[in-house]
Amino acid sequence: MSTTAAPLLHVEHLTMRFGGLVAIDDLSFSAARGDITAIIGPNGAGKTTVFNCITGFYKPSCGRMLLSHGQALADTDIDALTASGARCQTLPTGSAFLLERMPDYEIAAQARVARTFQNIRLFAGMTVLENLIVAQHNPLMVASGWTVGGLFGLQRYREAEAKAVDRAQLWLDKIGLTERADDPAGDLPYGAQRRLEIARAMCSDPVMLCLDEPAAGLNPRESSDLKQFLRSIRAEHGTSILLIEHDMSVVMEISDHVVVLEYGRKISDGPPEHVRNDPKVIAAYLGVEDEEVEKVEAEIAT
Amino acid sequence: MAVAPAELSSTKARPLTAALKQALGAALLAFGLSVPILALRTEQDISNRLVLQPRWSYVLIAVLLAFFGRLLYLTYAAATANRAPRVRVRALTTRTVSAGFAQFVSVVGLLALLLYPWIALSIVGRAGAIKWIDNFGIQIMIYIMLGWGLNIVVGLAGLLDLGYVAFYAVGAYSTALLAHTFGLSFWICLPLAGILAAFWGVLLGFPVLRLRGDYLAIVTLAFGEIIRLVLINWVPVTNGYAGISGIPRPTFFGLPFNASDQGFAAFFGLEFTPLHRLIFLFYLILALALLTNWVTLRLRRLPVGRAWEALREDEIACRSLGINTTNTKLTAFAIGAGFGGFAGSFFAARQGFISPESFTFIESAVVLAIVVLGGMGSQIGVAIAAIAMIGGTEILRELDWLKDIFGPAFDPTQYRMLIFGLAMVLVMIWKPRGLISYRSPSIFLREKKKVRADLVREGHG
Repeated sequence: MSTTAAPLLHVEHLTMRFGGLVAIDDLSFSAARGDITAIIGPNGAGKTTVFNCITGFYKPSCGRMLLSHGQALADTDIDALTASGARCQTLPTGSAFLLERMPDYEIAAQARVARTFQNIRLFAGMTVLENLIVAQHNPLMVASGWTVGGLFGLQRYREAEAKAVDRAQLWLDKIGLTERADDPAGDLPYGAQRRLEIARAMCSDPVMLCLDEPAAGLNPRESSDLKQFLRSIRAEHGTSILLIEHDMSVVMEISDHVVVLEYGRKISDGPPEHVRNDPKVIAAYLGVEDEEVEKVEAEIAT
Repeated sequence: MAVAPAELSSTKARPLTAALKQALGAALLAFGLSVPILALRTEQDISNRLVLQPRWSYVLIAVLLAFFGRLLYLTYAAATANRAPRVRVRALTTRTVSAGFAQFVSVVGLLALLLYPWIALSIVGRAGAIKWIDNFGIQIMIYIMLGWGLNIVVGLAGLLDLGYVAFYAVGAYSTALLAHTFGLSFWICLPLAGILAAFWGVLLGFPVLRLRGDYLAIVTLAFGEIIRLVLINWVPVTNGYAGISGIPRPTFFGLPFNASDQGFAAFFGLEFTPLHRLIFLFYLILALALLTNWVTLRLRRLPVGRAWEALREDEIACRSLGINTTNTKLTAFAIGAGFGGFAGSFFAARQGFISPESFTFIESAVVLAIVVLGGMGSQIGVAIAAIAMIGGTEILRELDWLKDIFGPAFDPTQYRMLIFGLAMVLVMIWKPRGLISYRSPSIFLREKKKVRADLVREGHG
């Protein structure tokens, strides 16, 4: 339990409105560095919307999302950064990124937040290896001298590409797909596609990995392998994980910190044991106790 | 038991009667369509009055053709449907064979292209070779180069571009105007034309970045028309419909191809013939096309090329991996347009005269058809498709013997577009993803396996 460590991601007053619909309503939470933070909630609670805001696919209506690399900046520095209108500030000790101001690809490239998708988004017509190489686009682009150097076959690019292949191979070994490296990604079975999508996100060398329902559609054995895999990612690479998941066995077993949403609001926040016993969470998931039904009906009537 | 034979015969008879019914339907449809089109013809008689001339035999031929054609097709379809599993197995096994086949074709094709002028010379002699090198060789090579250029945008990046001819025009007019205004030679105009066309590619790229699919296609189509209309109407600069003539011909390192004492023939002590210039032009466009091919193959193995293909597969996933999709699309537009500009510059120098009529929408359509027919993203497929389509139309001009059959008024070139369309439909039925319908991976760990076309996306803008 390391909830006291400096927060990696600090979300404050995040609100997202789609016309008249409030998908996220004044949500604040922190994800600590090195933690596995789970966001749970009933269907339609706004979990994926939170993800889309953090990764820049949606521009939030209001709120601040601060991501820190290295040592956290002083509060005064952060307030100054917020007031300045700049996207990020880099100091020798660490840097701060205001995610709500950055476009999606910059969040991935500079703030180093990687993500997977609820419905798998692999490059189906490219091979498994190519998927992992595309994930290392930005460092390779620099090594190829923005294409010019690579076009003339500079040594530097060839070395960088060999390194990228090594890195891909490392991840292929971890997800057990080395044998299928030259097969098209679209040909893989479902569970392997899920693993590949996580490996692809990890190949982009993130500080925070956002997983949108990684255990969806997996059988019990695959889902227990996934738990192992996620733990090893955190242990070996120090990558913090933000997780949306419906499979409670996964959530309760591996997460350090759980945030519960209902109708876009946070109803509970804390370690798994705390959340499990929180009456509000139980009510949200299972409905209310028998004796409270009348009270609730009266509330609805008004 | 007694019922069984009767049942069997009825199930056997049923497809035949169904086929007959369908064929009859087709015949009726053909009748309905051919009566207003074919049955009556108006002609002027000696006193200049219009008289109707019935041509019922034409209708009869059309109806019979439709009836028997449909019947034949249905029986053929029924026969292949029974054999379907065997056909599928064969298709799977040919996959590995066709990989070696493509390699073979590219080596033999390259050799054939290198030796082409000499083969043409030795077979048809000097007089005949002019036509074969100019109309076939150079013309086809221009379209191969255009196809390879557009292949970057459409085949790799998956951005449907219906206005590619605009960049061809920009390249041609750049060369013409630079040569006229500043007196620059072809060799200086050529790179400038490419750069200017790439610049216009970026200009087109910006407004269409947010568009996808059909919308992108419409805007690029409009862009092509805008360029053409500007060329027509900006008379003080472009000379409008009249076009620009007197564009300097390419020289051989400063030696012009003419009969003068300073010419190429005199310098090398050869007898002057226009063939020298044509052979030189052929090798020039061959070199330009091979450069396009080399750059494209190289780019596919670079991060930018992989990003194009990833963009074609899934744009949202690209952005989640930190790929700047704006820049990626713009580079695809710019590089594709740049090669179009090179081709345009060559075209202007070869013709010596250009006018807006050379840059109509049909040119865009033909180049796009070449890319689609060849198989999206396949270099060798594009080359084969260009040879088939452009060579095919040129061959039509050669088919004079058809006049012996259909009468002296028959001109096969008039049926060019009809045959084009028919061939296109047939190929799309037979090979819906183009002649070369697999993707070759840009990198491999142990073994280069082909990616089946059904997994590769066409791109969505």
